Amino acid sequence: MSTAITAPAAVAANTPYERSAGFWTGVLRKLARDPVAIGAAIVLLLLVAMALFAPLLTPHDPYQASMLKRLKPIGFENYLLGTDELGRDMLSRLMVGARLSLFMGITPVLIAFVIGSGIGILAGYAGGLVNTLIMRTIDVLYAFPSVLLAIALSGALGAGIGNALLSLTIVFIPPIARVAESVTTQVRSRDYVEAARASGAGAFTIVRVHVLGNVLGPIFVYSTSLIAVSMILASGLSFLGLGVKPPEPEWGLMLNTLRTAIYTQPWVAALPGLMIFITSISFNLLSDSLRSAMDVKN
Amino acid sequence: MSIGISVEHIGADPHGDRGGPAQPLLTVKKLVKHFDLKKSFLETLNGGGKVVRAVDGVDFKVLKGETLGVVGESGCGKSTTARLLMHLIEPSAGEIVFNGETVGSPALPLREYRRQVQMVFQDSYSSLNPRLTIQDSIAFGPQVHGVPKREALTRARDLLARVGLEPSRFAERYPHELSGGQRQRVNIARALASEPRLVILDEAVSALDKSVEAQVLNLLMDLKDEFGLTYIFISHDLHVVRYISDRVMVMYLGKVAETGPAEALFERPLHPYTRALLSSMPSMDPDHRTEEAPLAGDPPNPIDPPPGCRFHTRCPHAEAVCAQQVPSLESENGREAACLIHEPGSGHSDARAAIYAA
Repeated sequence: MSTAITAPAAVAANTPYERSAGFWTGVLRKLARDPVAIGAAIVLLLLVAMALFAPLLTPHDPYQASMLKRLKPIGFENYLLGTDELGRDMLSRLMVGARLSLFMGITPVLIAFVIGSGIGILAGYAGGLVNTLIMRTIDVLYAFPSVLLAIALSGALGAGIGNALLSLTIVFIPPIARVAESVTTQVRSRDYVEAARASGAGAFTIVRVHVLGNVLGPIFVYSTSLIAVSMILASGLSFLGLGVKPPEPEWGLMLNTLRTAIYTQPWVAALPGLMIFITSISFNLLSDSLRSAMDVKN
Repeated sequence: MSIGISVEHIGADPHGDRGGPAQPLLTVKKLVKHFDLKKSFLETLNGGGKVVRAVDGVDFKVLKGETLGVVGESGCGKSTTARLLMHLIEPSAGEIVFNGETVGSPALPLREYRRQVQMVFQDSYSSLNPRLTIQDSIAFGPQVHGVPKREALTRARDLLARVGLEPSRFAERYPHELSGGQRQRVNIARALASEPRLVILDEAVSALDKSVEAQVLNLLMDLKDEFGLTYIFISHDLHVVRYISDRVMVMYLGKVAETGPAEALFERPLHPYTRALLSSMPSMDPDHRTEEAPLAGDPPNPIDPPPGCRFHTRCPHAEAVCAQQVPSLESENGREAACLIHEPGSGHSDARAAIYAA
């Protein structure tokens, strides 16, 4: 295996280097070979496209009520998915509702990902007393069931989208921080971190160069699995009247207002729930595939 | 040593050598590392629980340009000693003097010491960051010490060429695309990148195939001559240690049992533990097979090490005095052994009489 080296460095520096595929290229390649991942990604892309272009696509005005056409079944006249309890077009409302629902699902997790990773990596890398102080504080928050905590915080802060976002963010910081802490603790004990310390590098440099790249992936995967939970919690808050207010269309809120119609028009009433289900299962499947694609066990 | 040496003078000398070649590069004095076991609340009130005495008062010297082999069973404190020398873990007590200066003193801050002392780990995979190309891994150390990125990368490619990995093929690869032997070559290049004086090789070749191991050992010996390095070579493989070392240190249960020149130590071991360890070497001669295990059982628990000589529980020459008196490291003719038999007037019935009996 030892090759005879004759080329001096000056020449070597000018010759083109064999570039090998980076880590993320490999992950993408594996994902592209995973039919489940592709399916979930397509569904999510369609949902996002639908949410983005909703105003252009809706067949009816989602706010236009009609007392004569209340709770019509699926396929009634030109109402493809029927109408709700105020006679508004379900299809249009579901399309526009995707905007708020996806927003409420993704935003809190994204903010919690940034804050939670920061807290967890700090605790994990510092170790010792700092770790104990941070993680025990996190544990106090973690002790509450997430639904209760979200409701309690939203209730205390008052109804409204902003407060719902804030309370959901607070709910998701502890679990993300815990995952970040445990991954960082593992990485910190690897020999390459020891070697970096042995070369005299400071803590900040080591975290930037050697820790971040190896922990953000797993934390990100875990966080994507929380998007589904966030959507369901946001829907729950709206359902309880703590999140989005009527007449704004949002899937959780629609589920709430349609619940009285479950016996008269069960298929129509179940539609918002079906949308939540499809979205959350797509996020879960994609994050599962991402997890296995990132697992580089040789 | 020359106390009056000026700072400018050190700067002029590429190595900044203190004293002559006779002065040790590294002197370790009474190095101790005790790990606390998990304490219960009551034990904390009573003034502390138990400790694992991983390294318990170790003294040794490493001379300039030599290879010091360190051998011993697993759990004897070899690797802990290596980590203590790198200051990866803080010593509980003791002093490390490098090139005439105490490590951590104003004259030799830890950061500068860490440039001059580097380490190669056993696990070639876990010692390379999987997200960095190998040239970035090698260039990291010099960059920490202020070398510009371009220059550090050029140096990394030169070193890759020097350890036998063609830079144009390997520089931008990731660790998982390399074989174990190639990765360990990268680790060696990484250790050399910050131009160290002393390299600690902690089981650096133990995980490699025999044929690859031989190549890497020869590479290490070439590099030592080329860069004027000093090695501390930690291994459980006695054949390899004998092959590569100038002097050998035998450790047992956190203490030094014996040190001496490699050939003399392997030919005529002084300490009964060294003798037992050497007789456990698989024989290369089928007519003289190693049939029996020379030592029975495991070493005692380092939480409660035996009193007196730590080896007396397994030593064939143990007497009552061995359980009471702690042997000191007696030095004679460049050899040292911590055994009462070699300590004149120790009270052991074989004392004095047995010295150099072999």
